[in-house]
Amino acid sequence: MFNEMFDNEEVREPYRQVIDWVRSMPADLVAIKHSEAEKLFRRIGITFVTYGTNDDAERLIPFDMVPRILTAREWRKIEGGVRQRARALNAFLLDVYGKGEIVRAEKIPAHLVYKNPAYEHEAVGFHPPQGIFGHIIGTDIVRTGADEFFVLEDNCRTPSGVSYMLENREIMMRMFPDLFQKNRVAPIEDYPEILRRTLLSVAPAKCDGEPKIAVLTPGAMNSAYYEHSFLADMMGVELVEGQDLFVDGDLVYMRTIRGPERVDVLYRRVDDDFIDPLCFRSDSMLGVPGLMNAYRAGGITICSAPGVGVADDKAIYTYVPEMIRFYLGEEPILSNVPTYRCGQDEDFKYVLDRVEELVIKRVHGSGGYGMLVGPTSTKQQIERFTEELKAEPEDFIAQPTLALSTTPTYVEQQLVPRHVDLRPFCLVGKSTYVCPGGLTRVAMKEGSLVVNSSQGGGVKDTWVLVE
Amino acid sequence: MLSRTAQNLFWISRYLERAELTARLLEVGYRIALMPSAGTGYQNEWSSILSVSGSDIGYKKKYGPPKQEHIEHYLFHDLDNPNSVASCVSNARENSRAVRTALTTQVWDVMNTGYQELKQLAKEKYNTANLPALCDWTKNRVSLIRGAIESTQLEDEGYDFLNLGYFIERADNTARLLDVKYYVLLPTPAAVGSEVDHYQWSTLLRAMSAYRAFRWAYGGLQTPHKVAHFLILNVACPRSLLHCLDRATRHFNRLEYRLQRQSEAQKMVAKLKSKTSAMDVDQIFQQGLHEFLTDFVAEIDAIGESMRTSYF
Repeated sequence: MFNEMFDNEEVREPYRQVIDWVRSMPADLVAIKHSEAEKLFRRIGITFVTYGTNDDAERLIPFDMVPRILTAREWRKIEGGVRQRARALNAFLLDVYGKGEIVRAEKIPAHLVYKNPAYEHEAVGFHPPQGIFGHIIGTDIVRTGADEFFVLEDNCRTPSGVSYMLENREIMMRMFPDLFQKNRVAPIEDYPEILRRTLLSVAPAKCDGEPKIAVLTPGAMNSAYYEHSFLADMMGVELVEGQDLFVDGDLVYMRTIRGPERVDVLYRRVDDDFIDPLCFRSDSMLGVPGLMNAYRAGGITICSAPGVGVADDKAIYTYVPEMIRFYLGEEPILSNVPTYRCGQDEDFKYVLDRVEELVIKRVHGSGGYGMLVGPTSTKQQIERFTEELKAEPEDFIAQPTLALSTTPTYVEQQLVPRHVDLRPFCLVGKSTYVCPGGLTRVAMKEGSLVVNSSQGGGVKDTWVLVE
Repeated sequence: MLSRTAQNLFWISRYLERAELTARLLEVGYRIALMPSAGTGYQNEWSSILSVSGSDIGYKKKYGPPKQEHIEHYLFHDLDNPNSVASCVSNARENSRAVRTALTTQVWDVMNTGYQELKQLAKEKYNTANLPALCDWTKNRVSLIRGAIESTQLEDEGYDFLNLGYFIERADNTARLLDVKYYVLLPTPAAVGSEVDHYQWSTLLRAMSAYRAFRWAYGGLQTPHKVAHFLILNVACPRSLLHCLDRATRHFNRLEYRLQRQSEAQKMVAKLKSKTSAMDVDQIFQQGLHEFLTDFVAEIDAIGESMRTSYF
């Protein structure tokens, strides 16, 4: 198992500057700083809502003070890999909603694309501004060795967590300013500004003058509401709900105290299914009737584009290396985790024999729901899950449990190794930008590999050192 | 500004002002309970507090006959009561969360911290002796939020809607508080000018944090006539009806300038203001204070209602 800070007794390069700080921190100070950080988070209102718990609905994500550190060299590889995937995924989307060349070349089975529930027939034949479908991509990456990084999944729909990335840094800088004087850490605070520029660069055909941006949220009850309001605030744009918008002709307007005001680019944090009750779920109260018509008529740009979900589906994921070769003529910089497709007989048999060793995921699930981590599950859980798996094998994929890297983490004032992953954020508009760092999620329980916040995972500030 | 945002801002300050009213009413009730019994006594006073806060029907359904500790709980902590301090603070905070981007970090911070404290207070074991402290807490917290709004909010349309919420709600609240005294508290006409009468007026002034201000403005002798003038017609008194109408008019005029249009709500306030300022205390007493206040509250209600069609 790879420990990112220690190589046996020796401290690895990126952590050499902080180790003294970590070691000199007395236990009582750790406790004080910890509660200080929690108070800050709660006061600022950085909370999230978990579904299905009726106790205190707004919860805090545990914040760990020890930063996760990457060297410039390590980051170059990650950044290159993320950028490459973002290009390939966007090329794929433009292709499958257009000519479908990758399917015709038999690199990906047709049914996985065209029969995929995330494949949006409403988007077929539409060429979005700049040819971009996925404007904001969060790539989940795990590490297993000094030079071994794997992509766990791509998130093209509405990846969340970037507000934590930014606030974690704010809070670290507020609590430990001297650490940042001693270490050269790449700044991340211009993310909202670059997001704004990215959205401006994909203004629709019918936009005249300065494009007007709005962030569409499902509302204050949504688990990521804090992030929606945070991003709208940092970009200086309106945060709207479906009820605030209406379509007239090919254009979309906000209801304001001055009367209707046009919106040109909509950064939506509402799923495809809910954005337009005329096109998709008719019971949706979160969307805007007629939005898809306006979109197809070039009256508004929706970011990320409707239909983008077909690219980050867990079944499609296994073909991303193929996409990179097919569209870019390059070899993947970051590898996929070896993945078994339960829809294929041979793989399915292999998986059934080793359920207790593997991580099995529902193809359309997310956020740690609908998955089984074999080695840490009870016999009962495994049996129940196996039944589900047998009922619809094509709905599942399986992966070996990777020995995820660990970083030192404070648990009850003791420094102990805990498993982490990494989600860097990539913005794609006229130009592409990968924010140096990302969100490091940490499994707070000993031995646990599940880092999702909905399952009790925590977060860390993530540093990329500047050379 | 989104219409929904404007509406939320308007309600944030209404809820805050209402939380303060409920706290002030609790204070009146608490102080009057310390006073030698008058007329039908203590029971009547507490039920009057309930009816003024508009909580009497809900209370009766839940608890039946008025009982001090039940009433205190119902008016402070009970989330079943839409007018309780807890409900108003929670609603103000929920509305703020929904328009998070229209508030400064500092406003949100004091609002949210208040909400967290309230949840903490709700966990503590309740004791009547804590009531004054809870009322103080409410007034302090609401003042902090008000201060943060004044010193950090951009003075754009949102600021006007926040202020309209404050002044329209406050006009309603002062009228209601006055009505407690004149209609409900005073058992018999014979008691006018008595010790009890005097004590009740003082209590009312204290509850509005206006006891000393009144002395400064009117000198020594406290008469119902002077107190009524102070709380209805004196523009210098920040809780008087005329002051509230005056401030509301200012914010409506600012909105008119910004939006380049007049609104129905604006016209209604202007009318009510000129009508009220043309009156003197004798006329009001002749008409009957209770009747005057009932009409006034109805007009404020209609203005609140027309905000919806005028702006939202």
